Amino acid sequence: MILYLLRRALYAIPIALAVGFVCFMLVQIAPGDPINAIVPPDAPGDVVEQVRRDYGLDKPLPVQFGLWLFKVVQGDLGRSLATGRSVWSDLSTAIGNTLMLAVCASLVGFIMGCTLGGLAGTFRGTWLDRAATGIAVAGVSVPHYWLGMVMVVIFSVQLNWLPAMGAGPGGSSDWAWDWEHFQFLVLPTITLSVIPTGIVTRTVRGIVAEIMNQEFVVALRGKGLTRMQIFLHVVKNAAPNALAVIGLQLGYLMGGSILVETVFSWPGTGLLLNSAIFQRDLPVLQGTILVLAMFFVALNLIVDLIQAALDPRIKRA
Amino acid sequence: MPMTLRRISLAACAVLALALGWQGGAQAQGTIRIGMTAADIPLTHGQPDQGFEGNRFSGVPLYDALIVWDLSRADRPTPLMPGLATAWQVDEHDRTRWVFKLRPGVVFHDGSPFNADAVVWNVRKVLDRDAPHYDPRQVGLTASRMPALRRAEKIDDLTVALITNEPDSFLPYNISNLFMASPSHWQALRAQNPTAEATWNAFAAAPSGTGPFKLVRFVARERVEYVRNEAYWGQKARAERIVLLPIPEANARTAALLSGQVDWIEAPSPDSLDQLRSRGFLITQNVQPHIWPWQPCFVAGSPLADVRVRRALNLGVDRDGLKQLLGGLMVPAVGTVQPGHPWWGNPDFHIRTDKPEARRLLAEAGYGPNRRLALKVQISPSGSGQMQPLQMNEYIQQELKEIGVDVEFDVVDWNTLFGNWRQGCTAASARGAHAINVSISTMDPFFAMARFYDSRMAPPVSNNWGFFNDPKFDEMIRVARNTFEPAARDAALARLHAASVDEALFIFFAHDVSPRAMSPRIQGYVQPQSWLVDLRLPYIP
Repeated sequence: MILYLLRRALYAIPIALAVGFVCFMLVQIAPGDPINAIVPPDAPGDVVEQVRRDYGLDKPLPVQFGLWLFKVVQGDLGRSLATGRSVWSDLSTAIGNTLMLAVCASLVGFIMGCTLGGLAGTFRGTWLDRAATGIAVAGVSVPHYWLGMVMVVIFSVQLNWLPAMGAGPGGSSDWAWDWEHFQFLVLPTITLSVIPTGIVTRTVRGIVAEIMNQEFVVALRGKGLTRMQIFLHVVKNAAPNALAVIGLQLGYLMGGSILVETVFSWPGTGLLLNSAIFQRDLPVLQGTILVLAMFFVALNLIVDLIQAALDPRIKRA
Repeated sequence: MPMTLRRISLAACAVLALALGWQGGAQAQGTIRIGMTAADIPLTHGQPDQGFEGNRFSGVPLYDALIVWDLSRADRPTPLMPGLATAWQVDEHDRTRWVFKLRPGVVFHDGSPFNADAVVWNVRKVLDRDAPHYDPRQVGLTASRMPALRRAEKIDDLTVALITNEPDSFLPYNISNLFMASPSHWQALRAQNPTAEATWNAFAAAPSGTGPFKLVRFVARERVEYVRNEAYWGQKARAERIVLLPIPEANARTAALLSGQVDWIEAPSPDSLDQLRSRGFLITQNVQPHIWPWQPCFVAGSPLADVRVRRALNLGVDRDGLKQLLGGLMVPAVGTVQPGHPWWGNPDFHIRTDKPEARRLLAEAGYGPNRRLALKVQISPSGSGQMQPLQMNEYIQQELKEIGVDVEFDVVDWNTLFGNWRQGCTAASARGAHAINVSISTMDPFFAMARFYDSRMAPPVSNNWGFFNDPKFDEMIRVARNTFEPAARDAALARLHAASVDEALFIFFAHDVSPRAMSPRIQGYVQPQSWLVDLRLPYIP
């Protein structure tokens, strides 16, 4: 197992290098200029060139990439071109905020998806199956930023029940798990959970339906187990696959919540990436994407390990 | 039974009141919460980024300049007035040397005195690469707005000389962009930080200026909170506290205002104006020192090198229709500045809607039904000061079609557009465009006119994107820069402006009105004809 872990950790190194390189090159070949994060549009040419030299943006691209990489391997993601702040300080706060949102959305998605999928799989062909499948299809079809805006209009603007934006009455830095703060999490969580709910529902429905047709379920019935006892056996068999799906969803939610975070002004990685893209803030962009990619790799590894722990049939060499 | 019903009704009312009170309870008397369009808190170290929104919310509330804008009135073009300097004049024997008398008794937020040493220190932070506190980040944000300033010299504790590289009467305008940060506070932080860059970052988190507000809380990317500076040298602020929240998405800002999370939002989405008004919110606006134009390419081969074509385009668009498209949130432009402005100057060419005359001018230039004029314009889908660029440009495209002009757009993102702007219309980045659509701040004569009409300002020096080159204009700019008596300088600028309209050096379309929406609880607010706002004036009683 230790060898397996070491090997997986080694695999992460070329992935990190490739992600860093691709991200660096994409930003370089995209139209626009990182210098625009630092100087206003009306800056004269000599000032622009002076600042470009001061920031080392006049150096050849391989040198710029090498310098960035040299710092990264020492644990330094550099400083934002736009704000001068340490990329890691902004990123660590943003990751915490996004992780909180993504975990809550994944939990809601997992619970709702397993419940709906389990019911649909168990009672397939009935109205319950059709209703659950309908919800799943709607979940993966509805643009979640649109849903977010609609919920803001209903629950914030019209009913004034929940906040429309932000991460707490005083910002995310003094977050506490009480209602005063938690209410800020409700609408973004529901919005973000819609897609995982749909995907998990469909996955679990398929798995449960398949398991329900297997012979051991007939044997369990023959032994006289109750419906609930049989259901528990089915859940145990379905859990590894469902877990793999929700693990991947958590990874997607970590990196893919740009629109939802923008709609709710939630100060996470999505909002950070959004502003970094528009400002061409190269260090923030590279640092954020690199860390998210590593998070995704780590998450896959954790999911694999949990799957193996839950299902002894899955062997890790 | 009736008693039970009443109890149920009371309980229901209590639940409803609680539900409605979840958000309302967060509102405090005397605290104004503002939703900005910026995606992050503008830099607070004394030279804000994020354009004039940065100066508005992180500049003038925390800092002062030697010369400041008088933002107290809405009914006139905003003039300059004494700030940390009480008087200034150019040296009669050496017109590159200005002498400023400083205001006595002013202290920074940290309690240290403001004096000539502080001025010299603040000039060196952006102009002296050898200074220990030199900050490249602030150079980009500041030096471009003070193109002629070279250094500062202390004469005595309350007198300082500023030296320019050539005689330049525009310096008082430029100086309004140099905010005075506390050298003592910076030195104290320097002792705790390894580098000058780290010290400036620490300074940004706990800044010290001389402004009417002090920063008391800074949460990066989320909020910044100011409290009134009780030791302010001038008129003190009426609001006790200002909370600034970056909310870049227009619908999110509007929802935050409607749900009571903020009291004031910048740039509400146009679609929401009726709803905001119907719910009792105030929509404020005033003409801004801003122009939303097409800047022509003047090089040989460009159809816009012909003044008849430029005049035809200026006559071929119904600006009132454009205003209607924007829900009334613009002022039709008939020049870089409005009639009545000191720089207006009564041009002979009257910009108006006159399509027959536009067709006649185009015919004179050789265009007509058998040879339609084809134009390519580089535009952006959004951007600071760009208003609603796609809708506005599409409207103009339709209007110009009626006079025989076919417009093709090259849409690039805002960052790319203003990068291209510095390279000129002959660069590959222009992709053959005959005009570029970049909105312009016109607070300062250099930024309003000189950088576009002076042949020395062609790329890469500055923003003469179209390579306009006319010795007559070069001379008018030289005269204006060398005229130091304010009224005479304004007269010289008026002649320059009138000539620029007569030559139709821009296709003038709109001035922004900087719409804001705010709670009716806010009192005392004044929206001046400026990008800036005096946050000392509004309050919540």
